[in-house]
Amino acid sequence: MKLWNIVLSAFRALQRNKMRSFLTMLGIIIGVAAVIMMLAIGEGAQYSVKQQIASLGTNVLIIFPGSQQQGSIRFGAGTVTTLTEDDAFAIKSECSAVAYVSPGTRAGGQVVAGNLNWSTGIEGCSAEYLNIRQWPIEYGEFFTDADVKGAAKVCVLGKTVASNLFPDASPVGQTIRIRNVPFKVLGVLSAKGQNAMGQDQDDIILAPYTTVLRRLSRFPYLRYITVSAISPEAIPLAQQQITELLRQRHKIQPYEQDDFTIRNQADIAEAATATTQILTILLASIASVSLLVGGIGIMNIMLVSVTERTREIGIRMSIGARSRDILTQFLIEALVLSLIGGILGILFGIIGSTLVSHFAQWPTFITAFSILLSFSFSIAVGVFFGFYPARKAALLNPIEALRYE
Amino acid sequence: MIGTTITMQRNGHFIVVDHLVKIYTLGEVDVHALRGVTLQIDRGEFVAIMGASGSGKSTFMNILGCLDKPTRGSYLLDGIDVNTLSRDELAVIRNRKIGFVFQGFNLLSRTTALENVELPLLYSSLPSKDRRQRAIEALQRVGLGDRLYHYPNQLSGGQQQRVAIARALVNNPSIVLADEPTGNLDSRTSVEIMDIFQQLNDQGITIVLVTHEPDIAQYAKRQIIFRDGKVRSDRPTQSRRRAAEVLRELPNIDEEDEL
Repeated sequence: MKLWNIVLSAFRALQRNKMRSFLTMLGIIIGVAAVIMMLAIGEGAQYSVKQQIASLGTNVLIIFPGSQQQGSIRFGAGTVTTLTEDDAFAIKSECSAVAYVSPGTRAGGQVVAGNLNWSTGIEGCSAEYLNIRQWPIEYGEFFTDADVKGAAKVCVLGKTVASNLFPDASPVGQTIRIRNVPFKVLGVLSAKGQNAMGQDQDDIILAPYTTVLRRLSRFPYLRYITVSAISPEAIPLAQQQITELLRQRHKIQPYEQDDFTIRNQADIAEAATATTQILTILLASIASVSLLVGGIGIMNIMLVSVTERTREIGIRMSIGARSRDILTQFLIEALVLSLIGGILGILFGIIGSTLVSHFAQWPTFITAFSILLSFSFSIAVGVFFGFYPARKAALLNPIEALRYE
Repeated sequence: MIGTTITMQRNGHFIVVDHLVKIYTLGEVDVHALRGVTLQIDRGEFVAIMGASGSGKSTFMNILGCLDKPTRGSYLLDGIDVNTLSRDELAVIRNRKIGFVFQGFNLLSRTTALENVELPLLYSSLPSKDRRQRAIEALQRVGLGDRLYHYPNQLSGGQQQRVAIARALVNNPSIVLADEPTGNLDSRTSVEIMDIFQQLNDQGITIVLVTHEPDIAQYAKRQIIFRDGKVRSDRPTQSRRRAAEVLRELPNIDEEDEL
């Protein structure tokens, strides 16, 4: 029997029980749509995580001073004072893989503007800091190298700080007092949102590190140096160059350990991406369970159909249908069910994903891979669950099938 | 495939059955349905097989129709030793050489007369245009040229059986096997069906008919009576009836039924 005729008669057989065929298909439709939607949502999650990490600056390296050691007791990272401004200048001038350098320190404190006050963190940095963090100024301007050199009492405000201290007016040009030191506000940073750990990155004030060290910090040494590599790919090279340079500058003997630590965001990025990937796989596998259940629905209906049509099978066999003709006939019927279900499922999956991203404000991405995956999975389900009933039909004894009432 | 199984014993008979034994095992009991049947049927014969239920006539028909294989003994159909064939090869034989007509018509419901008749051709490799043409011709041959697109439930019993006969004929089989073809029909329609069989036989088609009605058997040329799995008698029909003549003499009770 030619394939085209088999497909035609499969369609006709399914048409005879429209409701039943549709309900059987529904299992596959829901399964495929669920898989597609879950993958799309997962892709969206990965995308937003990657975006957030990129907003941290993917090629950023942070150098911390090493730990202090007294006898056998070692203190935590940053407890020694080995990192100097000169180190930072040397990195900038000697490491070819490094683009920008910003010596950094931190202070905290109550900030007062007029009759409002706000407790926040003050980060000391250089004029290059915004280039490292890829953080544009929203309005006003950032401080300059001259401000840093002169330890000028100027600052820029994060979005959160700005809206808390100056709810109504523009802060640019105003003076705020940080721990009673007056600072002139030069600008306001654009909103950056939460970081990967859920902290508000906009709840911050940036000021020249020189000013913070001299006026605000109780610990007048650099806490870290933030560095950006010329590209994300250059991170390992930059790390190596900085290590060599600092070991040389700090006169560390080959048998001694580094007195500094270099951390990069790539590790964090990788971990976060891996987490969302696991999440995606988890979601998709839960969704695929429903596809499996849909497949069992197909098998169930095909078994019923084989029993119902035992006589028809007997007739077909008596007029010359071979076992494999019967096998193909029922297999094709199962395949047609799962194929149509798969196509409709893809359609509904796409519609559903669009609705999710529209109403939940969640980015969703439908990849060709996810369509291919769920489509081929639904075909596999059709073949797998259609085979047993089809085989059962093909192996019927023609005489008994003809007598079946 | 089929050609290689032609044996040297070919001796002109179309069907040669030799010491055919069929034993069914039902649980621990062996049922001897056939206990050594030997007979020959030639081309162009019209044989009626009779016998009480349990006499083995249906089993014999199933074996003749290549739906079942004997336990022992040999069956040569047109020189082919059927015992040596596989399940699928038997299906091909059924498709090419045998046409079945059943008591219960066995048409596919919700399928037009034309498509029912076309069905055997779907399992052979015929272009679809030729299929349609041959199916139409077969239906015209049984007088249903105007009922091509009727569904079985729109046809009377006699018409349904004629569709079944057309289906049996469509592949130009060497033999038509009819198992109680008139069992579900009234007497006039039965005679009409026998008329068709006689016409086909006149055209040279071999017909083997199972029936338990002696007056139906009277339309055949030869009557074989089974009892307890054996052939009890095998003789030519005395004073054979011609269905066409019987029809002319029958009062026409319900004319509209067949028109």
